[in-house]
Amino acid sequence: MLDRKNIAKRIAQELKDGWYVNLGIGIPTLIVNYIPEDISIEFQSENGILGMGPFPYEDEEDADLINAGKQTITALSGASIFDSATSFAMIRGQHIDLTVLGAMEVSETGDIANWKIPGKMVKGMGGAMDLVASANNIIVATSHTNRNGKSKLLKKCTLPLTGLRCIKKIVTDLAVLDVVLGGFKLIERAPGVSVDEIKSATEGTLIIEGEIPEMKIN
Amino acid sequence: MNKVVKDAKEAIQNIKDNAILMVGGFGLCGIPENCITALVHSNVKGLICISNNAGVDDFGLGLLFQKKQIKKMIASYVGENEVFERLMLDGEIEVDLIPQGSLAERCRAGGAGIPAFYTPAGFGTEIQGDKPTKVFNGKPHILESALTADFAIVKAWKGDRNGNLIYKGTARNFNPVMAMAGKITIAEVEELVEPGELDPNFIHTPGVFVQRIFQGKAYEKRIEQRTVRNK
Repeated sequence: MLDRKNIAKRIAQELKDGWYVNLGIGIPTLIVNYIPEDISIEFQSENGILGMGPFPYEDEEDADLINAGKQTITALSGASIFDSATSFAMIRGQHIDLTVLGAMEVSETGDIANWKIPGKMVKGMGGAMDLVASANNIIVATSHTNRNGKSKLLKKCTLPLTGLRCIKKIVTDLAVLDVVLGGFKLIERAPGVSVDEIKSATEGTLIIEGEIPEMKIN
Repeated sequence: MNKVVKDAKEAIQNIKDNAILMVGGFGLCGIPENCITALVHSNVKGLICISNNAGVDDFGLGLLFQKKQIKKMIASYVGENEVFERLMLDGEIEVDLIPQGSLAERCRAGGAGIPAFYTPAGFGTEIQGDKPTKVFNGKPHILESALTADFAIVKAWKGDRNGNLIYKGTARNFNPVMAMAGKITIAEVEELVEPGELDPNFIHTPGVFVQRIFQGKAYEKRIEQRTVRNK
């Protein structure tokens, strides 16, 4: 089973040289720590920066420089800053190569829910609906089950949707899965996790073809 | 063209009860602190407020919620604010949540004279509601309408007497698009300079969009999520 760090590490293996990448709040933000050294990636934060750098050193925080999670950040040399409409033009216009975000539920047809629990939590969707509706390449980073042990990979989402038929790849603490016609196709197992364990943690249709390899995580 | 007013109090003096306001900023970054304080002191009520977020309990727009001066909030994300959450769950405040990119573009469209536009964001979700839909290039979109406001209140880093503005860092965010969409746009700046002192090649908001400008005082610039790394 992978911890949050290792989920981030596994997703980092998907990055390609020259990509512009938008990272959501939570596990996705950890990915910046595991970029392979031989590739160059530029991170976008939807509040209006391309070329987002690491967190500042203590006493070097700038209140005028934050990411979409409202955390203090730095700007790398060669960064650019823009307004919110331009930022979402990049997203809606499909100029961003990869979006990684968290989820409360994903359905076997690629629907995602991650912004509202009726009666309990109404914080808002922020930029998530724009991101999932427009991005060609989205990876969901999530635990396979929720705190109560219930599967997050469902036949059908029960919570209000963020986007319809938009998710194609999921990396969880148990597995890497692709969303294909007919359900969740198991691609890799987390180290030490059996196919049966993944099966019992997946409520939606799980497609298993041949031998499922174990992920390689350094 | 001298658009300078003395201070925040003078800038907001004719904002009346039930006015529609746009307020720039993302979280607490790039918010018009001076004007928010002046609105709190003015006791104006029943405001409809368009802003990406709702501030925190004791800063930003949170100060206006504490005194129940806002009746409706139009935003994309309203977490991290207990006062606001209680008002919302008690039904004391109406809330319209909008995808962030649609919010930005609706402001931009409002300022640019475009009454509505199609976007894929929110299709198939409860945001779609009864909005018209249309398929372009095989992909379904929903029609979103432009937003304008009686007053847009923005915060910039530098500005001149003509209303030309330059923002700093990610404090730019929603400020330029909201500046375009106000019938009256009020800009508060950290440094007010004479025309000619700002390089015209680097103006972010041209002065035509701004009606009132003043140099703000005592910016607190509170950080919501101070995050650092070790040396």
